[in-house]
Amino acid sequence: MRERRREDASTWRGPVRRYDILKEATIAIVVVLVLTVSLAVLFSSPDVAPVTLQAWASAQPKGFTEIALRELEDTSTSATYGPPYNHGTGFLQQFYGVSIQHAIGVTDPIDPARAFVLDPLDTVTGQPRLTSALDRYAAAPRATRTAWLHSYGKAIAAARLAGPSLEVPSAHYGPVGEMLGAFLGMARSGGLDAELVEHAPFYVTNYTNPILFLGDSAVAQPNSYWNEIVSAQHLQGTQWGMMNETGSWPGQPWLWLYTMWYQVEPMRTSHNGDLEVIVIMTVLSLGLVFVPFIPGLRDLPRMVPIHRLVWKSYYRTRRQETPGTTNGPAEPT
Amino acid sequence: MLAAIFDLNSPDHYLHWGFILISLANFLVVIAMLVLFVLALTVPFVHDRRRHRSVGPGSQGHTRALSTETSESVTPVGPSHARADLGDPFGSEHALWTTRLRRLWLRWLPPEKLLPDSQPAYVASWIYVFGVLTLAGLVVAIASGAVLALEGPIWWHESSVGLFVNSLHMWSVECFMAFMAIHLWGKFWMASWRGKRALTWMTGAVAFLVSVFEAFTGYLSQTNFDSQWIAFESKDAMNGAGLGAFFNTMNFGQALMLHIVFVPLVLVAIVGIHIVMVRLRGVSHPIEAHPEHLEPAGTNGTGAVSTRSSGLEGSGGTAPHLAESIVDATGAQL
Repeated sequence: MRERRREDASTWRGPVRRYDILKEATIAIVVVLVLTVSLAVLFSSPDVAPVTLQAWASAQPKGFTEIALRELEDTSTSATYGPPYNHGTGFLQQFYGVSIQHAIGVTDPIDPARAFVLDPLDTVTGQPRLTSALDRYAAAPRATRTAWLHSYGKAIAAARLAGPSLEVPSAHYGPVGEMLGAFLGMARSGGLDAELVEHAPFYVTNYTNPILFLGDSAVAQPNSYWNEIVSAQHLQGTQWGMMNETGSWPGQPWLWLYTMWYQVEPMRTSHNGDLEVIVIMTVLSLGLVFVPFIPGLRDLPRMVPIHRLVWKSYYRTRRQETPGTTNGPAEPT
Repeated sequence: MLAAIFDLNSPDHYLHWGFILISLANFLVVIAMLVLFVLALTVPFVHDRRRHRSVGPGSQGHTRALSTETSESVTPVGPSHARADLGDPFGSEHALWTTRLRRLWLRWLPPEKLLPDSQPAYVASWIYVFGVLTLAGLVVAIASGAVLALEGPIWWHESSVGLFVNSLHMWSVECFMAFMAIHLWGKFWMASWRGKRALTWMTGAVAFLVSVFEAFTGYLSQTNFDSQWIAFESKDAMNGAGLGAFFNTMNFGQALMLHIVFVPLVLVAIVGIHIVMVRLRGVSHPIEAHPEHLEPAGTNGTGAVSTRSSGLEGSGGTAPHLAESIVDATGAQL
């Protein structure tokens, strides 16, 4: 071992050859430029427009309204998620009892009922019936609200489309019918897309609210508008989605190892699957960085003679010559 | 929201002289600048009482005292180039930080190592090309990304030129990541960390991991369906690991800033260290190289290959053999 380390640390005193590093760099840049320009001309790049709440509400008004109802009931994925949005436990993950997510806590508080539904409705003006409904809902005790929402949830199961609006059979759901009807109309007009963005309506860069709202449908409704598009593009987590791309373009193939762990047990069905994959990838990444210090792994290249292919001309030359006596010129390459 | 001791949200006072109208706050800033300017001109400067040197048309490389305070300040020295070789024209006992850094740099990475004109003859495989191709991919990715940044994140959706530049960016990234992975595979099977080259390997591996994150933030910044879905899909991993408190994948502004400012700076810095380490240590020699091709460690001090200028001219009896062994070829080393 000591002899091997001494050999590894030795300075090369064998044959050398001319080498123009600047010429090499220039040629490399030209090669890559030609390659990328050719690929760009031949294949362009993907650009599928984002899904809007307007498109969702227009395509699936009933599904959209059901998710809005879940937001008001505080039963949506976002409402029960947990840190960093709230104190729920729906997506609270731990690894052998340790939860950094829980330890850090709520840093981006979101009340989905208010942020996704009630606040946008509050911005609507010129609709006295809606204003009255919102006032009535706000003034009602929690138990009354819960009863209204529960009643609406039963009634919407029998709802049917009547032109642009959703006809929900009458029941004792108080102002909820008026509110969610207006909410659907707001979404179908495109007004909700702008209202949900943080810091709206000007200079917006944070899309947490609309994406979470849209995502609630992806979790709760297997055939939701968003899920159908995502599945068709082969982007679902169960389809190795993170490394794929829309259309037939390459995506992020370097994420293959990361996405692979989601396809195998126990991560595939584990409640803590994300954290387990992160832990595995962290360990593997550290292993990659510290390869030079990991016995066995660092010795692998000596045992598998792939290096013989890399230095085949050197080994061939070495066999043909007697370096100790001639130290002659290397084989031209 | 108030996050200061003094609340300046109230309307400012304005000063009005003739056609000049200026807020009190702006006026105070201008006054402060003028005061600093006057102070800079009038306050006596802190003198370095040790040594001064003047190099001008009349001095011809000799020094004379600028200060007349002490006789010690006169430091006659020989021709400037004689001491400049040492790196400190004022004498080593008073080496400046800059001088020390320059000396260290020149000792560890002399120009003939930084820009070599020879390399070991065993560097004769296409696998060596993928290092410099990775760098070239990074250069094209940064250049195309800079054009996209100049026009803003929405430009490429609305302009055919923008779409083409975005395509260049995307394909350069695909090339960059592919070349880097092949480079990494090659270096692994060469056990390139041998001979004090662990830091070279580690910086390369970290550069790969940072590149993965850089690409990820790029996908989040596309402002299209892709970024929308990836933001939603990846948030659970970030949140589950406790990172969601610091990096919100659905915050487009944060992702974009990370993608075009912070992460590229980190990546370029790490790649820079990696390149310096490659130049410093050279490429690892073949496993089971012939003993007569190797010189035991300690003789050279760095473990790197000699270059034409330093190795051939300065290594005595070895030089003629090496000179004979130089063959005309091109290749890649990084």
